[in-house]
Order: sequence, then C-alpha cells, then structure tokens
Amino acid sequence: MDPVAAKYIGAGLAAIGMGAAAIGVGLIFGNFLSGALRNPSASDAQFGRAFIGAALAEGLGIFAFLVAILLLFVMK
Amino acid sequence: MAAESQGIDPIHQFNINRLFELHIGGVDASFTNASLFMLVVFLAITALMVLSTSGRHVVPTRLQAAAEMAYEFVASTVHDTAGTAGMRFFPFVFSLFMFVLFSNLIGLIPGAFTVTSQIVVTFAFAALVIGTVIIYGFYKHGAHFLHLFVPSGVTPALLPFIVLIEVISFVARPITLSVRLFANMLAGHITLKVFGGFVAMLLGAGVYSVISPLPLLGIVALSALELLVAFLQAYVFAILTCVYLNDAIHPGH
Repeated sequence: MDPVAAKYIGAGLAAIGMGAAAIGVGLIFGNFLSGALRNPSASDAQFGRAFIGAALAEGLGIFAFLVAILLLFVMK
Repeated sequence: MAAESQGIDPIHQFNINRLFELHIGGVDASFTNASLFMLVVFLAITALMVLSTSGRHVVPTRLQAAAEMAYEFVASTVHDTAGTAGMRFFPFVFSLFMFVLFSNLIGLIPGAFTVTSQIVVTFAFAALVIGTVIIYGFYKHGAHFLHLFVPSGVTPALLPFIVLIEVISFVARPITLSVRLFANMLAGHITLKVFGGFVAMLLGAGVYSVISPLPLLGIVALSALELLVAFLQAYVFAILTCVYLNDAIHPGH
C-alpha cells in the first residue's frame, strides 16, 4: 500500500477513538441529567463532579486525537 | 481539498507572524501577533478588574457585578474542590482562569488571534500547574507525597498494577490538560473557517448560490456553541487545576 495513503487511513481510524470519547461524555451528562431531574436540589453540588468526569473521559479521546495529529503532521 | 484549490486555508489563521524582529543572543524573541494578543488579553483583564473595583459601590454597577461574579465563581470552585487549605492557590487559579477565558473569548472576534490555540501556550500553563503540584507536594509532605500513587485498601497482589496505573495517569495529566484546551480551540476555529469557506464557494457556484445563507446560519449557531466551549474549557481547566492542587495538599486517598 502507498505509505501516504496508509498514513491518512491510520489518521482516520484514530479519529474513531474520538467518537468513542463522545459516547463516554454523553453517558456522563445523560446520567447526570437523569439524576438531577430526580433530585434537583442535589444537582448543584454534583455539577463540578460531572465536569471532572467529562474531562477525564474526554482526556482519553484526546489521546486518539494526538495519534491522528502525529500521523498527519509529524510522521514523514 | 476543494477549499484549498480556491485559496481558503482553514489553518492559515494559526500562523505566527513577527510584528517586530528581535533577536537576543541567538534566541528569536520577536514580538509576534501571539504576543500582541496576549498583551490585549492582559490589558482587558486588568481593565475589567481595576475599573470595576475603583468605584466600589454597595449596589454594584454592571462592570463591578461582572468582576464580582467571576471572583466568586472561581473562589467557590477552588473552595469546593481543594478545601480551605486550597484557598492559598486562589490567585493562581483565578489568573489562569481569567487568562484562558479572555484568550478564548477574544479569539472568537473575527480576525483576532486565539492565543490558546497554540499548544506551546497551553502546555506552558499545564507544565506550570503540574510543576506547582509536584514542588508544593514535596515541600509540604516530603516523601509522604508519594502516597498519592499508593491508594489505601488495595489487595497486595494488585498493588504493583495500581501503582503503575496511578503513575501513568499522573504523567499523562500535563498532556491531557494542555491538549484538551488546545484541541477544542483549534477544532472550533477550523470548523468556523470551513463553514465560511462553504459560503464563499456557494456564492461562486452560479445557481446554487441561493442556498449560500444556509452555511451562514450554521456559522451563527456554531459561534454560539464556540462561546459555550470557550467558557466551558476555561472552567474545566480551572477545576482540573484545583483537583490536581488538591492532590498536592491532601495526598493519599
């Protein structure tokens, strides 16, 4: 296979990982919202934790993004 | 590819241009457009804080209310996350939050340069945060700071793996902290530029130019989303800084 084509295909495959991170972030906020609607008075105190969890889930998607960026711009 | 052929380059906005050439001992210390916008951000924050607190009304003016809101928001975040002992880092977290927030917001003005879309800037912030955590942790707790990597109540058989995972997650922190902010800003601004390119290309496409307002509406919606992202990423950066500082203040789970 042409190495340039393989590079672009690899970057595209790495981008799938960001979709997986999107699922994780969606799960966190979906569950936060369903919990907050059941008990609205407790939601304010857990708002920060929802964001910490979302940031951590997003962090793993960032690794996928890094792999894509490294493939596209750093690998020759 | 089509965008490039018509001379619309979504990456062009992130170019660093030297405004004044300055070389000190072989080091390129030129005043660039990034430096200019850092100065703009700094002046904007200083103006907000100084002007709003010069009057000090009991019933706050609009500017004073904005400054007080930002102050109380960050203060409550720091206090809730890192406790009373964490309040000594409040000036640090507040400066970081305001700089990141204002860089993100000023970067949204068309034609402006987004300082936080440069990995070197965000990584410098992240390195500053993690450096503070490591130095303060060892200064305050000595070798006890290493208990951060050894959670209590773990089966001895699992302990080596847990320690390994904790060390890896600690080492990854500056990378995720910096790349999260950088990637969000980069991706948002590229998306806005690509949608702008759609408008320009549709306008030059004969009869199809009647649907060119559609991507323009998309830009409006995306700008609103970017406004949210700009605030959210500043908040996430601040709250993660607090969480990491909390590890330095209270190591050992």
